[in-house]
Amino acid sequence: MKVVRGFYSVAYSVRLCRPDVICAYPITPQTEIVERLAEMYANGELGNCEYVTAESEFGAASILVGASATGARTFTATCSQGLILMSEVLWNASGMRLPIVLVNANRSLSAPLSIWNDHQDSMAMRDAGIIQVYAESNQEVHDMIPQAYKVAEDRRVMLPFMVCMDGYKLTHAYEPVDLLDQEIVDGFLPAYDPPVKLTTKKPLTFGSYATPDCYMEFRVAMHDAMDRARKVMDNVFQEWAEVSGRDWGGHISNGEEAETCVIAMGSLAGLVRNVVEELRKEGKSVSFIKLRTFRPFPAEELRKALTGASKVIVFERSLSLGSEPPVTLDVKSAIQKMGIDVYSVVVGLGGRDVPRELVKSTIQEVLEDRVKPGLHFKAKQFEEVIP
Amino acid sequence: MIRITPGAVSKPLESLKVKTGDWGAEYPVIEEEKCIGCGECEIFCPDLCIELIEAGMEKKGEKEKIIRVAKVNYEYCKGCGTCSVVCPAEAIKMELKDIYRGELK
Repeated sequence: MKVVRGFYSVAYSVRLCRPDVICAYPITPQTEIVERLAEMYANGELGNCEYVTAESEFGAASILVGASATGARTFTATCSQGLILMSEVLWNASGMRLPIVLVNANRSLSAPLSIWNDHQDSMAMRDAGIIQVYAESNQEVHDMIPQAYKVAEDRRVMLPFMVCMDGYKLTHAYEPVDLLDQEIVDGFLPAYDPPVKLTTKKPLTFGSYATPDCYMEFRVAMHDAMDRARKVMDNVFQEWAEVSGRDWGGHISNGEEAETCVIAMGSLAGLVRNVVEELRKEGKSVSFIKLRTFRPFPAEELRKALTGASKVIVFERSLSLGSEPPVTLDVKSAIQKMGIDVYSVVVGLGGRDVPRELVKSTIQEVLEDRVKPGLHFKAKQFEEVIP
Repeated sequence: MIRITPGAVSKPLESLKVKTGDWGAEYPVIEEEKCIGCGECEIFCPDLCIELIEAGMEKKGEKEKIIRVAKVNYEYCKGCGTCSVVCPAEAIKMELKDIYRGELK
């Protein structure tokens, strides 16, 4: 067990996965992840890995698409504007079924300019065909990297995998992390064996032009792959628990049944769980659900966890302007006809602190029927004025 | 039932199956008498749909010279009109396809 920052817990784990090509462009608060990897590369600790410094995130993702098509195991890290700049390429990566693994150090999106944490960047990539898992701690991020490769590279899946960690709250935080042994990762993660790969002797086109009479089937095939990923991930999570001794749960991690359930993702999970435990000790019928996997969305697991519930609170860290926030939409879709009231509570956008008192009072308001179901913003009162 | 590859991966020349010649509204017509065989259109065609072909021999004093003229591959030409713009001899005219000549009644 070592006390390390989130950056290092990622970089160290990536190294153990024996990547072939790492390519990235610096962006706060991700930068130090790839700086640590660059340092390992400079010190000769990454074997035959190629470390490419790109001119932009668009370039970084493009280089990895090419590398991954040749059968290389690839890694990048980014966030916020960087992820959005990558987005055009990442939609191609998923369509070309390339198992690129990336870490997103969750950060808000401009404008207004903010470098601080929320989940808006990865949520904007919701429909891209990229698997998304949100980590609560630096140990969980550390453990997720080998699992991400194993899932992404599984022939039943073959999709990019994005491990989301809260910027600053995890990336910059010092936490005790049980750094994995190379033998454990080697035994868990086989070498990448792509079903088809690009070589100079065997030229191929990836992501060819598809006419209207076949395009739809390619997209449905990706949807099917996401569906298959649910089961593959379940198995990989279980296998990981066995080999590492750390069980992070499945797509969701939940407590006992209760009348009111509270859902949160990422680093906020620890605080919300703690508040829920306190309220339970006070005799309240309340339970916590940590949503780990966001894509594919674990609707079945949520339905099971919410059996017997009459209210559900969703702590949201992003918005879908003009509709309800992304997690709320999926939760509502999963539990339709179950007769459960949904309270969507938006907190902590752009790095706004989410204090314990706010979490507790929010849950208490719902328990005591002092608020109606629907969308609630924990924002200040404001008026817009022309400057 | 159709067969598709994961990632829409295809082998070289498979794209020949996609006949893009019916995409355009216009098509280029080359006036061979005006064509000077310079090859500008061949170079500029973004779809590699024009090539110079041998159209006979020409006597120039003692020497014989091959006459070359541009020929369009209408199976793939998308009718962009670049060839007609770059032609220095004004030998390429764009013409509207018959199916677009209909009048609204």
